[in-house]
Amino acid sequence: MAKTHVKMNVNGREVESLVEPRTLLIHHLRENLNLTGPHIGCDTTHCGACTVDMNGKSVKSCTVFAVQADGAMITTIEGMAAPDGTLHALQEGFRMMHGLQCGFCTPGMIVRAHRLLQEIPNPTEEEIRFGIAGNLCRCTGYQNIVKAIQYAAAKLSGAPMQEAAE
Amino acid sequence: MNIAVPTREQREAKLEGMGCKRKRVEDIRFTQGKGNYVDDVKLPGMLFGDFVRSQYAHARIKKIDASAALKVPGVLAVLTAEELKGVNLAWMPTLAGDVQMVLADGKVLFQSQEIAFVVAEDRYAAADGVEAVEVEYEDLPVLVDAFKALAPDAPLLREDIKDKMIGAHGPRKHHNHIFEWSMGDKDLTDAAFATAEVTTKDVISYHRTHPSPLETCQCVASFDKIKGELTVWGTFQAPHVIRTVASLLSKIPEHKIHIIAPDIGGGFGNKVGAYPGYICAIVASIVTGKPVKWVEDRIENLTATSFARDYHMTTEIAATKDGKVTALRVHVLADHGAFDACADPSKWPAGFFNICTGSYDFPVAHLVVDGIYTNKAPGGVAYRCSFRVTEAAYCIERAMDIMAQKLGMDAAEFRLKNFVRREQFPYHSALGWEYDSGDYHTAMNKAMEAIGYQQLRAEQAAKRAAFQRGETRDLRGIGISFFTEIVGAGPSRNCDILGVAMFDSCEIRVHPTGAAIARMGTKSQGQGHETTYAQIIATEIGIPADDIMVEEGNTDTAPYGLGTYGSRSTPVAGAAIAMASRKIKAKAQMIAAYMLEVHEDDLEWDIDGFRVKGLPEKYKGMKEIAWAAYNSPPPGLEPGLEAVSYYDPPNMTYPFGAYFCVMDIDVDTGVYKIRRFYALDDCGTRINPMIIEGQVHGGLTEAFAIAMGQEIRYDEIGNVVGGSFMDFFIPTAVETPKWETDYTVTPSPHHPIGAKGVGESPNVGGVPCFSNAVNDAFSFLGSRHIQMPHDHWRIWEVAKGLGLHG
Repeated sequence: MAKTHVKMNVNGREVESLVEPRTLLIHHLRENLNLTGPHIGCDTTHCGACTVDMNGKSVKSCTVFAVQADGAMITTIEGMAAPDGTLHALQEGFRMMHGLQCGFCTPGMIVRAHRLLQEIPNPTEEEIRFGIAGNLCRCTGYQNIVKAIQYAAAKLSGAPMQEAAE
Repeated sequence: MNIAVPTREQREAKLEGMGCKRKRVEDIRFTQGKGNYVDDVKLPGMLFGDFVRSQYAHARIKKIDASAALKVPGVLAVLTAEELKGVNLAWMPTLAGDVQMVLADGKVLFQSQEIAFVVAEDRYAAADGVEAVEVEYEDLPVLVDAFKALAPDAPLLREDIKDKMIGAHGPRKHHNHIFEWSMGDKDLTDAAFATAEVTTKDVISYHRTHPSPLETCQCVASFDKIKGELTVWGTFQAPHVIRTVASLLSKIPEHKIHIIAPDIGGGFGNKVGAYPGYICAIVASIVTGKPVKWVEDRIENLTATSFARDYHMTTEIAATKDGKVTALRVHVLADHGAFDACADPSKWPAGFFNICTGSYDFPVAHLVVDGIYTNKAPGGVAYRCSFRVTEAAYCIERAMDIMAQKLGMDAAEFRLKNFVRREQFPYHSALGWEYDSGDYHTAMNKAMEAIGYQQLRAEQAAKRAAFQRGETRDLRGIGISFFTEIVGAGPSRNCDILGVAMFDSCEIRVHPTGAAIARMGTKSQGQGHETTYAQIIATEIGIPADDIMVEEGNTDTAPYGLGTYGSRSTPVAGAAIAMASRKIKAKAQMIAAYMLEVHEDDLEWDIDGFRVKGLPEKYKGMKEIAWAAYNSPPPGLEPGLEAVSYYDPPNMTYPFGAYFCVMDIDVDTGVYKIRRFYALDDCGTRINPMIIEGQVHGGLTEAFAIAMGQEIRYDEIGNVVGGSFMDFFIPTAVETPKWETDYTVTPSPHHPIGAKGVGESPNVGGVPCFSNAVNDAFSFLGSRHIQMPHDHWRIWEVAKGLGLHG
């Protein structure tokens, strides 16, 4: 099949590739660019394991063609830590609050939460729950994911953590 | 200069041993996208396999034409049963003593059954190839209703065994019958029912559902023709079992098979079995000489690999008028689908369903299970529970509520009256188990106080009165469940898988610098073994948990073990860790005695080293002892500091818990709100409370999903209705209730550290609790048993059926 030239900025790096027009962004990231952080959990846009940030929005990369991402700014979980390796507050929060178990949903969940905190810097518990409703987790029951996002929100804004009432 | 001597507390804290909320080691890689899951494995020249699957639930295959597929660019081969027959792999044995088609041999028996395996250069070409394979079917009558399976005129499903009327578990009484399994005393039970003051009898069904971990089943098989060696990376909860099965099937010597289970994205029982995808990938690699990857998509996962439950339980309780149970009688119709591929210990065709007397002191009981074939996917795995234990817990916990209702007793009071009492442990149940330890009354009373039980009942009564006055359209349900599990399979006298006893293992090597590696026969799928196992070792031998690496999943390096499922990791492998640690400690004591020039008996253990009794300043820490083990071992003693333990548990463990759910239901819409959910768990000794709590949250969320809507349903011609995440209910953060957790601690008396296992309790106890809440909401209006799952539509229908819609 004829290939198309695409160029995108992924985690701060310009990358150019040739892809088939039908290649999904998730496969392009995972197989051509070796970014295996984003995962595939459902193939039908329900689970959110493949979530990446594209031009300032959370997208499920199993439902975006690589050619649609031509010229886009993309951030995956691999781009969340600072260049010196310092973890993002969300990465720290997920560990501190036990917001993950098998880890399969975690990259998508963290990338989504990152965008959520750009949209709403100090979200309420309800806003967090609604904000991550496109990302499924089978292990944690979400309670500690909510706390992890609250931890990060507090750390990023310098405010004390608004922990969910038990 | 004074050097501050660390206090006991500081030394203990530094270890991060048992009881500590240690942060997880695994998270460092997972939060950075650096986990290594099967689909991340990429080998040079790797090919990709994909299945042609049946559109029909029951049909004869007239013809498979792969010629067009072979012309698709990138497609290299198409395997069918004919090709597999050449290597004697068209069928494979199941863990349950049956056989299963790897690829359809002459007919298909369920929708989505594997028919052909297309091998191509990448996954897109493989999918193109699948589309191009032409299959001609002749449809056959379909059997989906379990209650019709044993009718004289029911369609014959398994032609391959139609004349084989003795199955793996005894005689078969019909062509769709798999086994009959019975336990308990029939005569005494029948006699108790004949003279009973009060009896109940209900068909309590536990619908078919699916474990559905977020990562589907997948593998990469790579056969090296020169060396004759096979390496398989796969989503395996039990890597060593897979190696043994692969060797028996392929005839490749077991030492030339390398099974690697890397990070696993959740299992919940789904990844215990051996599936056609694994076999086909292996064969394709042998045929092509290249590595072959197979990755299930979600629809394939839901419709083909390993459902759970599908038990229809006719449950009878006999009791006195004042509320004392006198007998339990259960008949189960167990729908196993097209092949009996249950992942149970070999001698247990219905798993440990005979735990169905639950937490109650039934003097007599009798159980019969009939396993049957239908045109549905094979499986019958334990979805986050020990084998058939959640079915048993649902059966007894619903039935106890029904009896309480009939007696006019409060459901909690009725339970308290019938609990096995603390002084009765070890307790011998009427269906053959020896419960190791328990204190049910203490747990129940603590839970009732914590939730404010009496107050809740008063509020419910007020709400019901208001409902009847027409002031509200909400009904309140209070769900209770008090479950007893049986986990940690298990003792070699009664538990094996394909003849291999269900021990588990641990090998610990303490290095010269005092750091250590522990290798295990189990395999974490998110349970955090790398974190918690190190905590056990830290407490046992005084090496900080951070200095211990736990490794699992590589059969070349790990000692043989039976894997992780049925909450067996802590009860069995956790015990192996303690025993291996104690061997190391015993040798360390000899070395320390030599170093301190005293007799071993003059030493006592003190957190992280040995001290001479009465001379506290004479002390050797594990770090120094480790160095000495390699540098200057005592004369006559082998150098080194290593140990292996294969632990054969003397008994199972019996975790228990008291759960309460408060639910409000809008009778006009069927929409419910979970007001509270309180879970008290007793899993014996608690290794890492943070991880325990996380496990409980996750298990409760699964229980919530199952009870309130998660179902694999078939229509009358065997089409799977709802085989994708569009319809299969996986709760999001919005629907998921908030969980309140609590605990009591009743250690297991036979376990080296007293731990019982916890991962599955919340699924086992949660499902009946939610269902009892729904049932309780409607019970005062005369309803008796409402079948799961309780989605909004079905709840609305119940309300309509009770005449609540005017």
